[in-house]
Amino acid sequence: MDIFGRLTIDSLPFYSAVAASGAAVTVLGGLAVAGAITYFGAWRMVMTRWVSSLDHKKIGIMYIMLALVMLVRGFVDAAMMRSQQAIAYNNEGYLPPDHFDQIFSSHGTIMIFFMAMPFLSGLANLIVPQQIGSRDVAFPFMNSVSLWLTTAGAGLMLTSLVVGKFSTAGWTAYPPYSGVEYTPGVGVDYWLWMVFISGFATTMTGINFLVTIFKCRAPGMTMFRLPLFTWTIFITSVLIIFAFPALTVACAMLILDRNFGFHFFTNDMGGNMMNYINLFWLWGHPEVYILILPAFGVFSEVVATFSQKRLFGYISLVCATIAIGLLSFTVWLHHFFTMGSSAKVNSFFGTMTTIISVPTGVKVFDWLLTMYRGRIIFKPPMLFTIGFLVTFVIGCLSGVLLALPPIDYMMHNTTFLVAHFHNMIIPGVLFGYLAGYMYWFPKAFGFKLNEKWGTRAFWCWIVGFYIAFMPLYVLGMLGMPRRMEHYDIAAWQPHLVVAWVGAFIILLGMICLAVQLIVSIRERNEALDLSGDAWNGRSLEWATASPAAPYNFAVLPKVESRDAWWDMKQRGVAYQRPEKYEDIVMPKNTYAGLVIGVAGGVFGFAAIWWMWWLAFLALAVIAGTIIYRASDDDDEFIILASEVKAIEDERFARLAKAPKNEMADEPGFAGESAAEPAT
Amino acid sequence: MIVEYARSRPWKSSASVAIAVASLSLLCSGCSVAEGPVLDPKGPIALTERDLLFRATAIMMIVIIPVFIMAAWFTVRYRGTNRKARYAPNFDFYWPAEIVVWSVPAAIVVWLAFHLWEYTYKLDPYTEIDPSVKPLQVQAIAQDWKWLFVYPEQNIAVVNELAVPVGRPVSIDITSDTVMNSLVIPALGGQIYAMAGMQTRLNLLADEEGTFWGRNVQYSGRGFADQQFQTLAMPQEAFDSWVQKAKDSSNALDAATYEVLAKPSEKVPVTYYSGVEPNLFECIIGKYSHGDADRMPRSSKAQLTE
Repeated sequence: MDIFGRLTIDSLPFYSAVAASGAAVTVLGGLAVAGAITYFGAWRMVMTRWVSSLDHKKIGIMYIMLALVMLVRGFVDAAMMRSQQAIAYNNEGYLPPDHFDQIFSSHGTIMIFFMAMPFLSGLANLIVPQQIGSRDVAFPFMNSVSLWLTTAGAGLMLTSLVVGKFSTAGWTAYPPYSGVEYTPGVGVDYWLWMVFISGFATTMTGINFLVTIFKCRAPGMTMFRLPLFTWTIFITSVLIIFAFPALTVACAMLILDRNFGFHFFTNDMGGNMMNYINLFWLWGHPEVYILILPAFGVFSEVVATFSQKRLFGYISLVCATIAIGLLSFTVWLHHFFTMGSSAKVNSFFGTMTTIISVPTGVKVFDWLLTMYRGRIIFKPPMLFTIGFLVTFVIGCLSGVLLALPPIDYMMHNTTFLVAHFHNMIIPGVLFGYLAGYMYWFPKAFGFKLNEKWGTRAFWCWIVGFYIAFMPLYVLGMLGMPRRMEHYDIAAWQPHLVVAWVGAFIILLGMICLAVQLIVSIRERNEALDLSGDAWNGRSLEWATASPAAPYNFAVLPKVESRDAWWDMKQRGVAYQRPEKYEDIVMPKNTYAGLVIGVAGGVFGFAAIWWMWWLAFLALAVIAGTIIYRASDDDDEFIILASEVKAIEDERFARLAKAPKNEMADEPGFAGESAAEPAT
Repeated sequence: MIVEYARSRPWKSSASVAIAVASLSLLCSGCSVAEGPVLDPKGPIALTERDLLFRATAIMMIVIIPVFIMAAWFTVRYRGTNRKARYAPNFDFYWPAEIVVWSVPAAIVVWLAFHLWEYTYKLDPYTEIDPSVKPLQVQAIAQDWKWLFVYPEQNIAVVNELAVPVGRPVSIDITSDTVMNSLVIPALGGQIYAMAGMQTRLNLLADEEGTFWGRNVQYSGRGFADQQFQTLAMPQEAFDSWVQKAKDSSNALDAATYEVLAKPSEKVPVTYYSGVEPNLFECIIGKYSHGDADRMPRSSKAQLTE
């Protein structure tokens, strides 16, 4: 047995200029980051304060950094596909089929597993403990393991660009195409192992947040006082716990098929691909709600804050969230109405799917009614929210159409479908996460993001979205299938050129986001959030300093109503100094999470390339690290009351310098008093 | 003047630009889509599907249009700088509003559900279009990366071309000798998956003469983009002479020829075969399923038990 398994020198991408330059960019990007850290002498800081940190806020920030990096990579894939399709009328374009197929596979995989999922985990980590008045998540170490296993998956994704080829089987990897008989090589194995490893990480995140929200709430924070974002993370965690095992099992079975001669999903020997498709979508449909519910949570927070008004229909919104969560497990078959089920089965799943539109519609109207009789301030997060409301309902319309089996027979596998789910995922999920990123950025770093560039980013994204995806609806009406490397129908090309223009405008939106971050860091002293309450907020995360102390709350808050922080400000009990501070116990930093993550990545790489000795070694390292960590009783440290006092004194000194209300200078500011003015 | 107005209200001007651009691009595309296969179908199945598309879209406007109006109206009316608008910061619950926002979408869903069941049964791809007419039998076999159509009654086969007589229902039995495929002829209807070891079925009817493209729409590998064929809908006499043309072919599709044909190939030209290996279609299914009746979806299972 060769120690390098099936890895040979030919696995390096010197066979194609496009592939080689992609690999070069990846490698140089990695070297540039390492070089920058070295140049600034920051290795010690990065390792001791960040990589080894168990602080949920830092873990959240690292998740979001990962998501933003992968967003760039996923976008590059999208731009390459749009360019190929814009020119490939009656010619081969600039990408051969084999390369084009890898790109659409990696685009979907990256955007779902390594952009949206880490972004979601990042926002949850950053905000949920602060919103429920907790000092930490329930399992801080497991949180670190989740982060580094997710990063390991993303690392495998990036590695696939440099060593070997990626899967051509799409982000869903349907067998038998993804089976070893039709797609030998490492591509599908890369996909399987990265999804398997990061899926594990996500499952642990789900468990962590479910327990955190159940067990770590501040006194008085009953379930029906939870802010909507926390509610959505709660339901999302439930969905993760029930849905992800289906994906993990499906991946494991396909791994056995491909590597060990099993026949779960093969054409012959009793295999059946329909089982994979059912398992995949049994995860896949809840997954879209796993992604979008937290975005709904962000919109709920943002719309109330910037309308300077209570959230309308809180109970309705919570019920709708729960209803969506339950219903999301009853609709998976609508992803394959065309697999030949009877009219009875298709009708049932079609009906269940249309029923989901009821709670979704309720949410849209409740957000609109929150704006009604408000005083709306058009900060970038609010712009994303309004853009979402208008654009999202178009996606709902196309979604309900696709839920009708006869229409799905026509539209399935066409670009109409592609337009539909991008219509849900860009204005729904991504706008929500970007709104959350801009809304909570001051909470994470202590200064606000530049509004001018945020507004520009918003306009580029929304205009770009319409121009890029409305033509895809039209192309679906013209019958264009998805995943076409080239085509010979002239009527398609103009629309594909328009879509390419849209992608270019989205590129401008990406650039605006980058410029916004750079400008904001350079001009941070002009946009400091001294009070910790950057937007005159309503929920408890605004009660902490920006950035929050490691322990979030020196004294745990007592919650007496919904909109807990708003209520405290109204009652005049906000910003009160406690009479005395107490010692606080916090988890110690540890490298164990990183070690498990790195070993997990090495294990995945070794399994992909059949270097079994290395795979076993990596597994042994993981097992050893867990045993070591589990038997280490010295995993906490005490922040002494005097140290807490010093940190809090500094906070109150900053508060004294802060304006009475961070929003007071806004032209649309409604005033301190939330009392209804006489009419 | 417009510029000045725009300067005073930057958020409004960019909004109008965005709306103008979006509606322009929609307008441009509107022209060609009317001639596309979905909106200009050539058979009753696709036509009924379009009918449902129109009705469902129309009914959902009851929800969609108010959202557009409310979003625009509230955004302008309740902008923070408009001090004339009423401000009710504690307005967070109102029974009538709750009842409306739950019941109206629910009523639409009830309407949709009734239509959904009716149309799903009516347009079930397995349902015969006209039980009083015996449909033309065709067997479609997906291969890498081409379609093989066998006409068992005529004892002919053809690669990448499907001929059907206008006005006569066609019943296509479908399987795959490779990965999963999906057969669609957008102007007539479809689609349904083709899976190895299993059989699915499409019932279609063309009621206009013409040439309509059909293809595999389930991604299947390197040659996917070119895996397409033309459907020739022609009068019965023309169809008969098309059959005769195939019968005159010197090629026969015996087991050995089939083996060669089934190998991966791209952009295969239309090829006619006269004389087809007996039970070829059943053999291809049996190759993967070992005759296991449970592996065969409904129709063929029903045939077996009959």
